[in-house]
Amino acid sequence: MIRITRVAPLAFGLVALLGAGCRRQQPATQPTPAIDADSAARADAAARERARQDSIANAQRAEADRLAAERAAAEQRLADARAALTAAIYFDYDRADITDEGKATLDAKLPLMSANAGLRVRVAGHTDARGSDEYNLALGQRRAAATKRYLVLQGVDANRIEVISYGEERPAAAGDDDSAYSQNRRAEFEIVAGGENLQLPTQ
Amino acid sequence: MRFSSHSSALTRALTAASLGAVLALPAVACGQDTTSRNEGVSLRLGYDPYTKPGVLVTAIGGVGGDSIRAIVQRDLDYGDRVTVLPAGGEVVTSGAARVNYPLLAKIGAAAVVQSSVVPGGLRVVLHDVGGKRVIQRRTFRLPATRDTPAWRLAVHDVADEIERWITGTRGVAATRILYVKDGKVRVVDSDGENDRAVTTTGTTLSPTWHPNGRTIAYSVFGERGTQVMVRDLNSPTARRVTEAGAALNITPAFSPDGSLLVYSHGEEEGSDLFATTLEGGLGRRVTVGRGTDNVSPSFSPDGRRIAFTSGRSGHPEVYITDVDGTNAELLTDFDFGDQSYRSNPDWSPDGRMIAFQSQVSGQGFQVMTINLRDRSIKQHTSEGSNEDPSWAPDARHLVFTSTRSTGRQLYVLDTESGRLRQLTRGGGARAGAWSPPLVRSVTASATAAAGRDAQPE
Repeated sequence: MIRITRVAPLAFGLVALLGAGCRRQQPATQPTPAIDADSAARADAAARERARQDSIANAQRAEADRLAAERAAAEQRLADARAALTAAIYFDYDRADITDEGKATLDAKLPLMSANAGLRVRVAGHTDARGSDEYNLALGQRRAAATKRYLVLQGVDANRIEVISYGEERPAAAGDDDSAYSQNRRAEFEIVAGGENLQLPTQ
Repeated sequence: MRFSSHSSALTRALTAASLGAVLALPAVACGQDTTSRNEGVSLRLGYDPYTKPGVLVTAIGGVGGDSIRAIVQRDLDYGDRVTVLPAGGEVVTSGAARVNYPLLAKIGAAAVVQSSVVPGGLRVVLHDVGGKRVIQRRTFRLPATRDTPAWRLAVHDVADEIERWITGTRGVAATRILYVKDGKVRVVDSDGENDRAVTTTGTTLSPTWHPNGRTIAYSVFGERGTQVMVRDLNSPTARRVTEAGAALNITPAFSPDGSLLVYSHGEEEGSDLFATTLEGGLGRRVTVGRGTDNVSPSFSPDGRRIAFTSGRSGHPEVYITDVDGTNAELLTDFDFGDQSYRSNPDWSPDGRMIAFQSQVSGQGFQVMTINLRDRSIKQHTSEGSNEDPSWAPDARHLVFTSTRSTGRQLYVLDTESGRLRQLTRGGGARAGAWSPPLVRSVTASATAAAGRDAQPE
């Protein structure tokens, strides 16, 4: 164990000596030209290097941002595609014919069906709660079949579309008013195969 | 008869039809029933055919006697053919010799049912008050354990026999009703007791009875379509009778001789009725719908024709066809205002009428019956939405689905008096199907009527 009393004056002296030495070197106002040029050049180079690094970082950040935005846009396009594929269509009371709006919604699915040969969908027909529960099962089936028939006529292979009916058994909207009824008279789409790596149609 | 008070041709037509039905009533009130047979005992008591005979059920001695009396009295009341008198047993003492017939006549009793619990069953004596004599004596066998479903069914059978002795028509207390709640098939006794689950998995619809009273069929939703299943009520194993695959297979119905199962099958070109055996398979085509929807078959009791719902005219109507698919004709060929939607036919067990649901202008769906002889129509309901009627074996009572209280419930209707009673509680009940008679009465006495089988539950 160091004896503090003896070292203290020695340490104090050393510190004083170093401090004096630093003090002696700092106030030099006119360094020799060779040393100035070197350090200026070094400082310059350092600054340029920092600027270069900054610009690289900026460029990388910009690139990352661009990629992220592209990914987000791609994901959005994918989500839009899935939404278009699974968008439901709606029917008039006791009818199974496709409305003009229905046709537009169905048309939006066609490019995706073309671009993804492995895609298979199930169309489920539904009705509102009015009328015979049993007859509504047949009406739901008719709506699903009419929907399939339209897509097949537009060129989709019939083997890629299944139909099923739930009649009035699975309403989308609860209630006994026209608003609920109109939301329940529908054909819903479900992707049953080939939906993992959806290819978006070119153009 | 409850009708909306619009002054319109509709109301006039309905009133005329209902008056016609009322005038036709006395024939039925006299007990002119085509299904029951006189067993050689004087069944027709001397009562005014326009009123219901008063019946006194005396207090029943012995263990369980009070329960038995309560069940029998309620069954007779629910049968709507007799008036159960509330009087006690003090006017009647045991033994026919001391029955006070004049006093009984004074209180309005046409018949007295005097019973006592005996070993193995119930001894029942029926008095004809007007004739001042006993006209029936029988000991009914009852299961040893009381308050079980089987015991209740046996007591219901006693009430049904008593009703036949008094009125000439067998009661329908010893029956059950299948129905659907929350996607599961359930069964309930005709008096609302013993409500219990039949299926526990899957989502089901359209339960229906085989004439043997033990086997049932129903449709069930699957991954890719609906299938028709058949099973015994007492066994949990159901058998698929329709072909596997993505298709609609719904609304099964057994033929009256039990050999055929007719159902609706649809893929992508509408749905048609097909008839298959209980072995299963697609079966033989019955209807040629050409892309229209044909569902909900109901056999005539002679098994030769089928009533069904069809959209072939552009909206649902009730049609009748021969079982081989020929001679399809429109049944609901009448104008009921602008709303035309008629469906869910059920052929009455005596062959005379078809019950169905019809959209009625301003009233939603209501339960109707059409008389097949003269095509007259009667509207039986007006409150709430009323659908899917199913006949009891007496061709007089119906069970149907109504929204008149909260949610959907099953109600029992007497089509002659209009009397209604709520059958199910708790909401969400629909698709009621009334069983055939479930018991032929079993007697402990040696003499059994000729040709009568003993089929206890």
